[in-house]
Amino acid sequence: MSTASDMECSLLSVKAITKIFEASRSWLGGRRSSVRAVDGLSFELKAGETLGLVGETGSGKSTLGRLILRLIEPTSGRIIFDGGDFTAKTTAEVRRMRSDIQMVFQDPYGSLDPRMSVGDLIAEPMIVHGQPRAGIPRRVAEIMNLVGLDPRVAHRFPHQFSGGQRQRIGIARAMALAPKLLVLDEPVSALDVSIQAQILNLLREIQRRTGVAYLFVAHDLAVVRHVSDRVAVMYLGRIVEISSRDQLYGQPGHPYTISLLSAVPAANPKLERVRQRIPVHGEISSGTAIPSGCRFHPRCFRARLVAAAIPAEAQPFGEHAVPKRCVEQDPVLADVEAGHQVACHFDARYDGLTKVSLSTPK
Amino acid sequence: MPPGEKPDPGQVEAKHRIPALAVRGLTTVFPGPDGTFPIVDDVSLDVARGETLAVVGESGSGKTMTFHSVLGIVPHPGRVASGQALLDGVDLLKLAPHELRKKRGSEISIVFQDPLTALNPVFTIGDQIVEVLRAHTRISKAAARKRAIEVLARVQIPDPHRRVDDFPHQFSGGMRQRALIAMAIALEPKVLIADEPTTALDVTVQAQVLELLRDLKQETGMGLILITHDLGVVARYADRVAVLYSGRVMELGSADHVFDQPRHPYTSALFKSIPHLDTPAGSDLTPIEGQPPNPAAPPLGCAFEPRCFVGHGDQLCASKPPPLEAISAGARLTRCWRWRELDDMSRAAS
Repeated sequence: MSTASDMECSLLSVKAITKIFEASRSWLGGRRSSVRAVDGLSFELKAGETLGLVGETGSGKSTLGRLILRLIEPTSGRIIFDGGDFTAKTTAEVRRMRSDIQMVFQDPYGSLDPRMSVGDLIAEPMIVHGQPRAGIPRRVAEIMNLVGLDPRVAHRFPHQFSGGQRQRIGIARAMALAPKLLVLDEPVSALDVSIQAQILNLLREIQRRTGVAYLFVAHDLAVVRHVSDRVAVMYLGRIVEISSRDQLYGQPGHPYTISLLSAVPAANPKLERVRQRIPVHGEISSGTAIPSGCRFHPRCFRARLVAAAIPAEAQPFGEHAVPKRCVEQDPVLADVEAGHQVACHFDARYDGLTKVSLSTPK
Repeated sequence: MPPGEKPDPGQVEAKHRIPALAVRGLTTVFPGPDGTFPIVDDVSLDVARGETLAVVGESGSGKTMTFHSVLGIVPHPGRVASGQALLDGVDLLKLAPHELRKKRGSEISIVFQDPLTALNPVFTIGDQIVEVLRAHTRISKAAARKRAIEVLARVQIPDPHRRVDDFPHQFSGGMRQRALIAMAIALEPKVLIADEPTTALDVTVQAQVLELLRDLKQETGMGLILITHDLGVVARYADRVAVLYSGRVMELGSADHVFDQPRHPYTSALFKSIPHLDTPAGSDLTPIEGQPPNPAAPPLGCAFEPRCFVGHGDQLCASKPPPLEAISAGARLTRCWRWRELDDMSRAAS
């Protein structure tokens, strides 16, 4: 768990945040259902750090990003940013604070007004936040240099740029107010692989020069490994594992992380021939009907292995059996080693896996 | 064989492979301001029965258009200008539209990238499979429905007797993609083309779908063409790989050899530009600088020359397009004037 010194240097501290979307009653008079998109989730992010956030569709990772920007209101929980309670602020205060937290979207084209020139697009946040007009052109040129765009193209419009350059414009807009935190929502997944590398290197360079922290939301586990200092894995609105990058990719602890990593093919045919894929069973449950106990138990390979190894623990589940504890008790994130937390009742001793790790450190 | 080159075990088999689909010198053009320009430029590749050929490339590389040309579904005003597409020896490009329609969906099928737009939202999944079956074979409605349930079960749709009457929106993304695969394999085609079949899916679902395709290929002996941009997918599932750039095949060979020892600078640059899961984390990536060429105004010489770390500025590379050259006794093809220098360069770098 976080120590007092960790708390002091946290830039962002998310405490037991929950977001429940209430669905309106359908016109056919069906039962009113609500979706727990983010469910009592907590984590810390230090200044200048990159936290990778991975999870599949329905894991709540995008909702979490929007909660942190306070684009949507949490149902409960608190977000402490830079020492102040972001969740308690009034709308006007939030708007002021937002200059410190900015967002980069997946689709750079959809997030840029096609009728505004690049220079105007980058200047807009500065004008909105009341920066002195006189200094703006110089700042725009500085930011364009920072993101690798020639300031002489400031008069051009978004459609005159390629996908990679548009993402540079999106990053320039987000960096215009010198934020302390950027929430990057799938920033390279719409780009071709040769262009992805340009943007990933650029993000690293910007961080080196400005000290901005990143919350990097993505589904590509190789990209997340490349950019992150720490990584959090989300499943159905919860963080199920969080640790340093090398611990997570080298010794994944949660069965979901293990399955997820084993599903990603590495670009190496020889390695692929010896790797074992550990399947997740069935389909992801929805946020409207979260399974009892551990929310991952219906899909978990470890639960089935434990039930087979310790019959006293087992209870029937479909054609299989799972441990009673997995069905009845919701596991909490607990330390397995320093800085590595996993939410699972059981450890890896029942997994019987030989080739889980992807990393082959030299 | 040049010094330093490993013998390629694929070369013996290469001579005896009987392709299920063989594309030869395929060129597809679109009208431009100054006459026509090629989107697919002299593409040759093939897939044997029971084999997976991955076709890799970035957007605009012509990887999708190559197979739309083969299937006769190039959008207007594009047209196939020359070449052959031999399916078990029959040139699909010479067939009359009604003859080609008969082959499409029965002997050669395609699974599109986006399963939601490829399915009709107002018909049930079962109706759509039955429609495909009855368009190609004389089969009663009842028998077709029975077959639809069979293929849904084969692609691991749970409870297929009930789900056959579901509408597409009642299926998850992964199930929709599997339903499309069911439709494509219902008539046991000789060749199945899967165009980015898992790009829209989560990684765990992606693995399920690709494993399903691999199993189906092994069971039925069809040739599988996997169009993708994901080099990890190629490494895990492909026997052979064709690398496309700017409408041209740049390199073709067995997946092992292409990954191990790229014979084209573009392939090599592509590997260096992506973050790998099996190398130490955090090292800097080497991006490919610049942009792919505009197809309406391609470079005079090699399409990759302006971005190439070997041949950029070279007079030959910049003035004359290299031919697709057979190397390793025909087991591999490369379209590069200077591929021999790649080994020396990677040795110098390491």
